[in-house]
This record gives sequence, C-alpha cells and structure tokens, in this order.
Amino acid sequence: MAKEGLGLEITELRLGLPGEPKSSMSGNKNEKKRIFSEIDDDNGGKEEKNSTGGNLKTTEPKAQVVGWPPVCSYRKKNIVNEATKMYVKVSMDGAPFLRKIDLGMHKGYSELALALEKLFGCHGMGEASKDAENCENVPIYEDKDGDWMLVGDVPWEMFIESCKRLRIMKRSEAKGFGLEPKGSLKYFIEGVAN
Amino acid sequence: MNYFPDEVIEHIFEYVVSHRDRNALSLVCKSWYRIERCTREKVFIGNCYSITPERLIQRFPALKSLTLKGKPHFADFSLVPHGWGGFVYPWIEALAKGKVGLEELRLKRMVVSDDSLELLSRAFPNFRSLVLVSCEEFTTDGLAAIAANCKSLRELDLQENEVDDHKGQWLSCFPDSCTSLVSLNFACLKGEINVGVLERLVARSPNLKSLRLNRSVPLDALQRILTRAPQLVDLGVGSYVQDPATETFVKLMNTMHKCKSITSLSGFLEVTPRCLTAMYVICPNLTSLNLSYAAGIPGSDLIKLIRHCKKLQRLWIMDSIGDKGLGVVANTCKELQELRVFPSDNIGHHAAVTEKGLVAISMGCPKLHSLLYFCHQMTNAALITVAKNCPNFIRFRLAILDATKPDPDTNQPLDEGFGAIVQSCRRLRRLSLSGQLTDKVFLYIGMYAEQLEMLSIAFAGESDKGMLYVLNGCKKLRKLEIRDCPFGDTALLTDIGKYETMRSLWMSSCEVTVGACKVLAKKMPRLNVEIFNENETADCELEDEQKVEKMYLYRTLAGKRKDAPEYVWTL
Repeated sequence: MAKEGLGLEITELRLGLPGEPKSSMSGNKNEKKRIFSEIDDDNGGKEEKNSTGGNLKTTEPKAQVVGWPPVCSYRKKNIVNEATKMYVKVSMDGAPFLRKIDLGMHKGYSELALALEKLFGCHGMGEASKDAENCENVPIYEDKDGDWMLVGDVPWEMFIESCKRLRIMKRSEAKGFGLEPKGSLKYFIEGVAN
Repeated sequence: MNYFPDEVIEHIFEYVVSHRDRNALSLVCKSWYRIERCTREKVFIGNCYSITPERLIQRFPALKSLTLKGKPHFADFSLVPHGWGGFVYPWIEALAKGKVGLEELRLKRMVVSDDSLELLSRAFPNFRSLVLVSCEEFTTDGLAAIAANCKSLRELDLQENEVDDHKGQWLSCFPDSCTSLVSLNFACLKGEINVGVLERLVARSPNLKSLRLNRSVPLDALQRILTRAPQLVDLGVGSYVQDPATETFVKLMNTMHKCKSITSLSGFLEVTPRCLTAMYVICPNLTSLNLSYAAGIPGSDLIKLIRHCKKLQRLWIMDSIGDKGLGVVANTCKELQELRVFPSDNIGHHAAVTEKGLVAISMGCPKLHSLLYFCHQMTNAALITVAKNCPNFIRFRLAILDATKPDPDTNQPLDEGFGAIVQSCRRLRRLSLSGQLTDKVFLYIGMYAEQLEMLSIAFAGESDKGMLYVLNGCKKLRKLEIRDCPFGDTALLTDIGKYETMRSLWMSSCEVTVGACKVLAKKMPRLNVEIFNENETADCELEDEQKVEKMYLYRTLAGKRKDAPEYVWTL
C-alpha cells in the first residue's frame, strides 16, 4: 500500500500558484464542463427561448448568456431606458447661448458632426474629411479629469464615456497649438468619411 | 411534563414569535404541540407545493398571517419557463372555505390572478395587509377590488411585480371611509394615477408611515403630499424632475425641512440630479437608502448625496457610484450593515466597480453583514482582506459580470478567496459564488460553512466531487441551486436522504440524466422530482441517457402536484 499523507495540504489556504501540478486538470474538464465562453458561442449560433417564449438571439458583439448576470427580470426591464441618455452641454465660440446634445443618441463621430452642424448651423466639421486643414471649427471636449481634449483621438465608445461637455472652437484660436488634424482627428475624420 | 395549566403555557408561547422557535416548541411533547398549534397565528411556507392548504388549516386553526413562496429562485433570471406554477388561487379558496380569519398575506414569486385578489378582498372581513413581491398576472382591476372591499386595509405593498396596468381608477376605489392606511407602495405600477385622488387619500390617512410612489407622480404633487404627511417614515419618490429655479422646487426644499421622521428613502425613477439638494436636509436621519432604480443619477451626484448620510445602515445603489464612490461610502457610513451594488449596464462594457471598492467598504464598515455585489472583477487577495475585515457576514453574494473570470492579477481561480470568506465568517447563512472556480472551493465550503443554508453556484467546479463536498459538509443546507456545472448522476445519487433535510434542489444545464432522476424519484416518494425539457412535452419518450435541461426537486407532504404544465414531467 502506498504511503500517502492525510491529504490535508489541499485544505491549506494560501495564495499563488499551486505547488504540484494536478494530474487530471486538462482532459476531462473540457468534456464535462460547459464553460461560460462555450455558452457564449452557443448563443451566437442557435436560438434560445427565454421565459416569455420569445427568442433570445442577440446581435451584440459580446453574446449574453440567459440569466447572467443574475439580475432579476423586473430590474432588467426597468433600468434600460434612463441609462442611455447622455446629455452634455455644447458651446460654440461666438454663440450667445449653449445647447445640449444627447451623446447616447448617436452611433459615431459622423452622426455627432452632423448633429452639431444642425444645432449651430455651422459648417466645416462635416467637410473635415475633404480638407481637414481648412476646417473652420475645431470640436473639443472636457473629459472626466477636467482636461480639454481634441475630439476624434479615441474610439467612439471611449469618447462618450469620458465626455462631460463639448466646445466648438474657432480654428483661429487653436492656431498656436500646432494641431495635426490628419493624425489627431483620425477617428473623427474616418467616422465622417464613412 | 406540564407543571402549569395550559393557559399559562399559552401565555408564555405568546412571547415566542419566530417561526423556528415555534417549530422547536412544537417538537417538545404532545401537549406542547397541541398548545402551540392552537395558538400559532403566523405561518411561513417556503415552498407552496410542500404542503396542502387543507392540511395547514387543519393544524393551525388560529391562522391570521400567511407567507407563501412559489417559484424557485432562478425564476428571477428567466430560467423557469412561463406557466410553471405557483398559483395562489387554490390557497385563497381553501382559506375562505375553511373560514380562516386571515388578516395578512405575503406572497413571493407567485401567480396571482385578479380573481384571487377579488376573492381575497371579499372572503376575509378583517383582512388588513397584502404584500406581493415578484408576483405576476394581476392587473389594476385586482387592486381595485382590494381597495374597494377591504374595509380595514392597513398595508398594500407591491414590490417588483409585473402588473398589467388597465389605467382604471383603482386608487379611487378606496372609499372615503378608508382611513386606516399605514403603508402604500405602488412604485412598480407603470400607469398613470389620479394625483388628486392620491392626495386626498393621504390627507385622510393619519397613520400613514410608508408611501412609495410610481413614475407618474410628479414633483409638485410630491411636495403637496409631503405637506399632508410629515409623519412619514419611509418615502419612495416617483418622478423627481424639475427645474431647480422654480417656485415649486423652493417649496419642496422648505417642505423637506418638516419631514424629520423620514428614515428610509427610495425611488427617483426619473430625476433631475441638481434637485437632489432638497434631500440633503433629511439625509442625516436616513438609515435606509435605495437608489438602485435611479439610473438617472450620475456617480458624482450619488457621492454628494451619500456624504450627508452618516447614519446609513442599508444602502442599495448602482455601480455608477464607482470604486471611488464606494470609498466615500466607507468613510461616511460607519453603521453600514447591508450593501447591494447593482450593474447599471446589463451588457457590462464599462468597468464601474471592482475589488477595490469592496476592499474599501470592508475597511470602513466593520458592521457589514449582508452583501450583494455585481462587479467586473475580483481577486483572491481582496476576498482574503474582506474576510479578515468583516467576519460577521451572514449573506455574501458576489456576481462577477464575466461569470468564469479568474483573478486578473494572478490568473488563478477564486477558490482561495471564497475559502477565506467561509473560514472567517462562521455565521454565514447565504452564499453566491462566481468567477473561475474549481472543486477546491467546494471542499472549503463543505469544511467551514457550518451555518450555510442557501448556496447558489454557476459555471463552477470540475467534477462530481465538488457537489458532494457541499452535500456532505453543509449540515444546515436548505436550498441549493446550481446552473451550468459539471455535476452529474453520481453527485445527485450518492446521498439521496439529504434532500429530505432540504427545502429544494435546482440543477440546470448540468450533467444529470433522466435515468438518474427516475431512480431518485422512485427511491424517495416524499420528494417531487420535476424535470423540464422545454422543447419536448411530457408525452415524448425521454430516454434514460438523455441529459436533463432543468431539474427542480423539493420535499413535500402534498404528493405530486396536479397543476404542472405540459413541459414539466414529475417523475
């Protein structure tokens, strides 16, 4: 009979990597266990019924698993609406009053540019794609840290999260700052061009 | 055994209120059983299918207050298909027939039809308290019946129910003679209500202590209502939208100064954050704050509000507060006992709270005993710290948005972290796990979680051993719910006697087969073993080797239920 310890070392609470590699961690696990990411794939492929009998087929980039996170269905239904509203103030140099715009309503920089043009009747931002250097107005925004940033440097999702207010600056004011529109306004321009 | 006459013992029993204590009394001897059963007024039934209403009435003739729970807990997360069961009508019918002097009814996760509310309102002349939590099927017509017919209604409390709003005038159905209201909560109703009727109702209810409004009650109405009811203790604000530069808002600010009794605040279903300043004057008195439905309040405004709430014991909030905000809570709310942090974005794109927020809370709030925490990530180190700082946890529920995420710092499973929690918190009664977890965490739970009564597991474990550690180790286990884990027939069948000591077991998307369930059902006649395979009805031949999608088993004295839908197969 092999001499074995009581096996109590398994009960030892400690941090960090385990001492000896466990024997059968690999093979069986994948067969038996339906891991979270597999279910994600399943959801992408087949149709799942939810409790009301409808089909839960999601086109979200990250597929959702039924019932996870475990938020009760009443709460899920009652939270959705408010959270997507992201009103921020927009000021334009020379305009006597400010406007407000809902960032959540727009899917990208191009839509934002159009919306801003409509609000202030200003031109130029939409034409940035054609000739960035001649763009009369430069959109900037104040982020969560209170810094003023050039619109268009970061991906849209990151932008709407951090944008607290917008300002449309006259290009003449920005002249001293060595803007590189083609590089910095990369995302903005790409968005507008599409 | 009895040295005292029955009347003396009855009198002593009056002081014994908790269900568990009463249950213990009834087991002492036959005469105590008899005296206890004849004097028991409040009964709690955790599973409405565990016993028949007739048997209940027979045993407890003095019944006045009944609490019933229906669907399994995972029904909250859309895992139980529509029509499963939990109908309250047969209960109300039986209670009416048995001429029970029902005064209070509390229902959770049950199907409540308008007919049942109608019958309830007519059959019990002393009925005074109705609490419905997470129920469905009733409409405002049913509420109208309650309002109209329950002459001495004190409490109508609707929490998180799916109610069909027929836009009728249910509130107007409270007669002018109704002046007994103590608690009215209709926050979950979607439809418009007649604000004038509401104001008059409040005006003639001098005992009103708790009022929770729905979205349709605007701020100016709130102000008038508060003027009529400065004695309120619990307030749920409906719509809180106003331009702060108006007279209405100034009036509200002044009115709030008179509401010194409010200790519980909730709602803000629609909100202008700048108007929250009016609430600052009552914040120092608050012991309970529920802003978990106030999606319109950004984190910065939440923080400003909470800075005023030094006496808070219970806080329900959304993760928009962020880790920094939780730091403010930790510094401000030294009396905090219960914390729930809900996800504000169901898809979970942005990192709102992480392990850092929880660690901060554990350092600042040593009295914390109940936690529900939705977060983006968790580390073993954090859990170990939390376990050390807060050894008093009774309920610990962690929901990591990515259900199988390991410790991001070490890439290890969270076994050690949860192990520390169960080892440190000797009074732990409820635990929900998430994150990457192996069988080890279950070994720890089986070893240390001696008081554990309810355990929720999802996407965890590696083999049957995991489930067996729990079943063998947790002597006080009552409810076990498992989804998407590799636990199979061996785990299910090794200790079948255990299930009669528990209320229920739920297993979905595991490795359990039809054959094993059949074996279990045959050996244990006092268990109902239900399996649901949604794409097939019970008529289809299910083969023994087939995996069961969903299984729910529970102990019962009522035998197989007769109201199960087609897709449920009771073995």
